[in-house]
Amino acid sequence: MEDFQYHAPGSVDAAVSLLRDAEDGKVVAGGMSLLPLMKLGLAAPGGLVSLGKVSGLDGIADRGSEIEVGALCTHAQVAAAEIVRERIPALAAMAEGIGDAQVRNRGTIGGSVAHNDPAADYPAACLALGATIATDRREIAADDFFLGMFFTALEEDEVITAVRFPVPTRAGWAKFPNPASKYAVAGVMAADGPAGVRVAVTGASGDGVFRVAEMEAALASSFEPASVAGVSVSAEAMLSDDAAGPEYRAHLVTVMAKRAVEEA
Amino acid sequence: MSGNGTGTGIGASVKRKEDVRFLTGRGRYTDDINLPEQLHAHILRSTTAHAEIGGIDAKAARKAPGVHAVFTGADMEGVGGIPTGWLIHSKDGSPMVEPPHPALATGKVRYVGDCVAIVVADTKEQAQAAAALVEVDYRDLPAVATIAAASAEGAPLVWDEAPGNVCYDWEVGDKAATDAAFESAAHVVSIDVVNQRLVPNAIEPRAALANFDPSTGDYTLYTTSQNPHLTRLLLGAFVLGIPEHKLRIVAPDVGGGFGSKIPHYAEEAILTWTAGKLARPVKWTCDRMDAFKSDTHGRDHKSTAELALDADGAFTGLRVSTTANLGAYLSTFAPCVPTYLYGILFAGPYTTPAIYVEVKALFTNTVPVDALRGAGRPEATYLLERLVEKAARVTGIDRVELRRRNFIREFPYQTPVALQYDQGDYDSTLDLALAAAEWDGFEARREEAAARGKLRGIGVSTFIEACGIAPSAVVGSLGARAGLYESGSVRVHPTGSVTVFTGTHSHGQGHETTFAQIVSEMLGVEFDAVEVVHGDSARIPFGMGTYGSRSLAVGGSAICKAVDKVVAKGKKIAAHLMEASVEDVEFADGTFTVAGTDRSRTIGEVALTAYVPHNYPEGLEPGLEETAFYDPLNFTFPAGTHVAEVEVDPETGEVELLRVACSDDVGRIVNPMIVAGQLHGGLAHGIGQALLEECRYEDNGQPATASFMNYTMPRAADLPSFDLRHNTTLCTHNPLGAKGVGEVGSIGVPPAVINAVLDALRPVGVTEIDMPATSQRVWQAIQDAKAS
Repeated sequence: MEDFQYHAPGSVDAAVSLLRDAEDGKVVAGGMSLLPLMKLGLAAPGGLVSLGKVSGLDGIADRGSEIEVGALCTHAQVAAAEIVRERIPALAAMAEGIGDAQVRNRGTIGGSVAHNDPAADYPAACLALGATIATDRREIAADDFFLGMFFTALEEDEVITAVRFPVPTRAGWAKFPNPASKYAVAGVMAADGPAGVRVAVTGASGDGVFRVAEMEAALASSFEPASVAGVSVSAEAMLSDDAAGPEYRAHLVTVMAKRAVEEA
Repeated sequence: MSGNGTGTGIGASVKRKEDVRFLTGRGRYTDDINLPEQLHAHILRSTTAHAEIGGIDAKAARKAPGVHAVFTGADMEGVGGIPTGWLIHSKDGSPMVEPPHPALATGKVRYVGDCVAIVVADTKEQAQAAAALVEVDYRDLPAVATIAAASAEGAPLVWDEAPGNVCYDWEVGDKAATDAAFESAAHVVSIDVVNQRLVPNAIEPRAALANFDPSTGDYTLYTTSQNPHLTRLLLGAFVLGIPEHKLRIVAPDVGGGFGSKIPHYAEEAILTWTAGKLARPVKWTCDRMDAFKSDTHGRDHKSTAELALDADGAFTGLRVSTTANLGAYLSTFAPCVPTYLYGILFAGPYTTPAIYVEVKALFTNTVPVDALRGAGRPEATYLLERLVEKAARVTGIDRVELRRRNFIREFPYQTPVALQYDQGDYDSTLDLALAAAEWDGFEARREEAAARGKLRGIGVSTFIEACGIAPSAVVGSLGARAGLYESGSVRVHPTGSVTVFTGTHSHGQGHETTFAQIVSEMLGVEFDAVEVVHGDSARIPFGMGTYGSRSLAVGGSAICKAVDKVVAKGKKIAAHLMEASVEDVEFADGTFTVAGTDRSRTIGEVALTAYVPHNYPEGLEPGLEETAFYDPLNFTFPAGTHVAEVEVDPETGEVELLRVACSDDVGRIVNPMIVAGQLHGGLAHGIGQALLEECRYEDNGQPATASFMNYTMPRAADLPSFDLRHNTTLCTHNPLGAKGVGEVGSIGVPPAVINAVLDALRPVGVTEIDMPATSQRVWQAIQDAKAS
């Protein structure tokens, strides 16, 4: 691992200014993605700005038509939160299925969303539910936020403060995990809510999370598992790895979509 | 030896002594040991599978902060190569091709992970950073990574001296008699199977800490070894030329081995040599990524086999043709794993009268392959039980009935492939497993699952093992370059406590508990008064270590013999104290008694007398300490039946393992809890092979599965609760009647799981599948069956 400067500011504003000043600075929250990358030499930030001492970012609040999840909420927190379990059970189920217990106890929603790993689970939930990502300076719709593998609309010195999920009429989550890494091979959230009927898929495409218009249209006319069971996605657009080649992965997208609707 | 299972004696589930330190973080592993003035090493490994080394420029690395030295193969010239411990002869009588194995590569590198240089610095981080500055001029050569590539016409050669990449072409059995059996067969069933390559993945990575004292010339090596004396023999005598009295090998607490810590590794030689050069202690600890590229791998066979049956379903002949991938160099036991631990297993529990097995072993540009839990026996058992299952389908004879019709029932039984089984009871073992698995009620469960859209299947394997390897004269005649006896010493201290020294090594097996139970019961002393010492060549007389489920059967027997000697001497002392004749003295429950009288002396009184010999038999040496060497008379033959039940999700191809029921005959059970633990671990290993694990290489020899991100280890959630039953017959030729248990699960369960998967998939037309039966592979097989 290369040497780096470590900062632990006490406020979002201080974090932003440290990021602005740092040479190749990077925000770290739970560190579940960034630290392994640094250990492997695949990331070598010059300055690490920890949000660990920033208070007020780890709450979950019921805002009526929305659930607001602070950026530093861990996956375990979201999975266990009564508000989430009652109002968006699909989101709690999704959080409960991330990684393993250690990862869920350290990893944060803000980190997951900012990292935008093509196999991370949260991007699918954000996109399907039509979430809003709040930062130190603005609010970004999920539709405008995820711009491709490991690529988001965030600026270099921008810090996520919360993610707001509109409460859907119904939503379901189904994931087929990689047997070794437990990352999604195909993870699908299907939702019927304020943002309309949406189907968002993670883990399956090298471009990161995506929506399936044909499934959404089928569900809009009838929100039933059978509506999506016959809708396939193109194998050509799929990732291919040890756990799943493109055809198997495309097939799993359909199966997971069907199961997500069943869960909804 | 009739332990009643109560208290702390033989048969009692005594909690493991070692767990207090393991569970409270007080274990002392190699990496926990630090010596004054210690330096840290990083081993620079080849990044290419096959290349000429045009040159190595280490100038920048030598100048890097904290660096003390960089050594390459050129520096170690004149040092012996890493030897192999077993010589195999080919069909034509020629010896195997045995290429050199320099500790640090010279001339060429032959696999990704081959040791190229050692960088020594004040800290591990400095050594690692400096290693990145070493410039190696690799001139890439074409590589062969698989059996198919290595055996192809005109394939690139790993070794110029091994045409066709063949190390040896070996056979066992009577070819003519077997061919004749096939000519007159009513049915012939054939099968092609792959036994995939696995990575052992012990939780503790390998590590070594070497020291040299220039004032005495003494070398000490702390290392992660299953057999420190064997390492001393190979390192001292063959590589560095250090006599035994100047080379101490310590294998302290070791966090699992599974075979991967049997071999003597290049790193042990490099570290010890470097410590001598620098006259400073040097430590190296492997990280997980390097472990994937440098711990010996296991399995990697491709086979075709045929079974001949008569009209009644009796097996009349078996032909097996196997190609085995040995990797780039011959590891310590590599040559014997696909031969004498494999070919001679093919009778299994069956009376097949004619068997012929041929094995061609190939070099490839991959990590060397050596023993991995079961070592040869899982490969044989898997092949045989897949073939028997297929024979049942082809002949229409019920699969359990077919096995039963062919069981061996008279013992001793001489197989046509060298082994002679001393004892067994395969019918009762099978009955017990079928009952535990509720085999007869299965069809209702299949129907219930089908109603839920799931494909349910059940599978069985009946098997034997050959463990407790083995009579030294026999293994010597088969090519072993070592004897496979074991030593045990029993020191009764003046006040009656006991220290036991064993040449076996415990790296998870619980010897400190099991052996203490045996000695406690035999000598009639408190369990807590017995301490077991292992793993240090300076404290143990000699030892061959722990592998092949040999520790209780062979090592335990040596301890029993040593206890017998202690008791015999004690009788002389007691007879003198009680003024009786030695012949009249009996020993039981820690007390020497004159037969038919109430005169007695305790073992404590006798021990004290032995060390304070004021009133003592004339001519008898003081002290109460005996050493015994035990050379086994035969292999031991554990046997079992394993039943697996699965459900396949036809939509995703996922296999859910629902039930595993096992009935095993492992001989005498000293500690049922430890036996259950060994079975659980072995079953997890076997289930991992059947459903999850596979080590693959790219065509260019780059490892494709070199981390836990894509090499799937079994996790607790992948496993059902195990239903374990025992049908014990005692081994007839060792004092404990012990057979061995450490490898049972990895040998017996893989074919049961795959037979269950195939049973589940039969309704959708799938008849063959290779391990691991991953979701994708199962889904693909279903699609292929639909398409055809």
